[in-house]
Amino acid sequence: MKKLPRNFRQSLFAVLIGCLFPVGSATAQSSLVTDISSHLVSVTSDFTGTELLLFGAIQIDDEDNLGPGDVLVVVRGPEKEVVVRRKERVAGIWVNTEAVEFKRVPSFYALASNRAVEEIASPDVLKRLRIGPTRLRFQANEPAEKSLSFEEAIIRQKSENDLYSDQETAVYFLGDKLFRTTITIPANVPVGDYIAEFYLFKDGELLSATSSPLFIKKSGLGRTIYDFAYSYPALYGIAAILLALIAGWIASAIFRKD
Amino acid sequence: MTVYLPIAEISVNLFLILGMGGAIGLLSGMFGVGGGFLMTPLLIFIGIPPAVAVATVSNQITAASVSGVLAHWRRGNVDFKMGIVLLIGGIVGSAAGTWIFTILKSVGQVDLMISLSYVIFLGTIGALMFIESVNALIDSRKGSIKRKKLHQHYWIHGLPFKMRFRKSKLYISALMPLGIGALVGILSAIMGVGGGFVMVPAMIYLLGMPTSVVIGTSLFQIIFVTANVTLLHAISTQTVDVMLALLLMSSSVVGAQVGTRFGAKLRGEQLRGLLALMVIIVCLKLAFDLVVTPDDLFTLSDGGH
Repeated sequence: MKKLPRNFRQSLFAVLIGCLFPVGSATAQSSLVTDISSHLVSVTSDFTGTELLLFGAIQIDDEDNLGPGDVLVVVRGPEKEVVVRRKERVAGIWVNTEAVEFKRVPSFYALASNRAVEEIASPDVLKRLRIGPTRLRFQANEPAEKSLSFEEAIIRQKSENDLYSDQETAVYFLGDKLFRTTITIPANVPVGDYIAEFYLFKDGELLSATSSPLFIKKSGLGRTIYDFAYSYPALYGIAAILLALIAGWIASAIFRKD
Repeated sequence: MTVYLPIAEISVNLFLILGMGGAIGLLSGMFGVGGGFLMTPLLIFIGIPPAVAVATVSNQITAASVSGVLAHWRRGNVDFKMGIVLLIGGIVGSAAGTWIFTILKSVGQVDLMISLSYVIFLGTIGALMFIESVNALIDSRKGSIKRKKLHQHYWIHGLPFKMRFRKSKLYISALMPLGIGALVGILSAIMGVGGGFVMVPAMIYLLGMPTSVVIGTSLFQIIFVTANVTLLHAISTQTVDVMLALLLMSSSVVGAQVGTRFGAKLRGEQLRGLLALMVIIVCLKLAFDLVVTPDDLFTLSDGGH
């Protein structure tokens, strides 16, 4: 499956935001200038996780409307299908009984804000923008009353693995206009095309939003092995077997004392 | 110190993996079991995806078995003729087993079936071996000389296609090792293991092979079974992690050599008793997991593909 090109995804995002929240041309416009410390995270064989610095400045056109706004920073990983199974006790043994399939589950989701998101915007707005792990709205193949506990299980387990996070005081303001935050990328991060989104709110209203791409890629030896395994699977299998035969023979030869 | 595994897609502690490989290799060399039934659950426990664990372990077992076989071969403890007959049965059996596995998977209870068959087989084999070896040990302590019959004759010995296995000092029907090979092949395809822990007791008790020859011969046929599994997984699921396999191999081949030396110092019944004890412990752990309330009732897995 081909992923959508990055530029297309970005413009799609901008259009979506534009449609959801038309900003009146009469009112003053504030905008965001944002960037990430690095747009490419290389997962090498000694990768133990990293920290990304996400920062930006608020450009306020209307001088009467001074005072800090609220900033939300979201990093989303590639979306995947996830099957959640629930165990039940059957004749004394724990058995998988029910399963719910979810589509569009972000493999990574980190949210940072300068204060609790519920204070920044109304639940309705947050839900529409899918902000916060509990508002991601995965598409389930079962009705909501059944899938809810399964959905909670995804959020709970992803949070335990540091793949979902929600930091309410992680965005720091330097003066009224400059802000920054750090987002931790753990060692078990899934590779793929990520997106970093920045939202500027003022009095519960979305004033501006930007997004930038972020790539998490395997590199070095790991990358070579991965590509080989997927491009030439039969050859890879034979190579793995040869490696095993040689390793076994070498060990035996070294230990041969008699 | 951590290493990123490219196929498993997680970082692991280098020394933890090396330690695990060494320990399992030691057992492998001592008892002639591949160790897959121990290694696979261990890897899953430290966070390796189950599919990657199963495929990679089979690759690692190939290396450990080669190392072990060469050591046993130098001591003249491999019955190649017997190994090949077992292997032919094993290939037929694993084809049948793969077919059964596919059916179980479509029904959606494959994990449960794996756990249950582990518990049943490990429990039965472990208990029988333990009782037998303890009895043998007690007998030898007493010093009572119970003269065993040189040849016991059952209906089995009336089967056609008799073959002479010089190393094993046996003259039996080829149908016996073929049948055992097939049975173990079915089990190993379903349970995702080399099958040594079923093969070794079957060779000792059903075929009546001497324990010293059993281990080398079992390892010999495990090489081919696991190489086949590795290739199938590499082609169909791309779940063989060479990086992980290499780490496990590098310590397990050393462990296997040391294990062979230990094993040579122990008597047959002591070896069998220790193996039985190990099998029983794994069985109890698996049974315990089936019955005890899990921390989280929900499990996640990747959908599709």
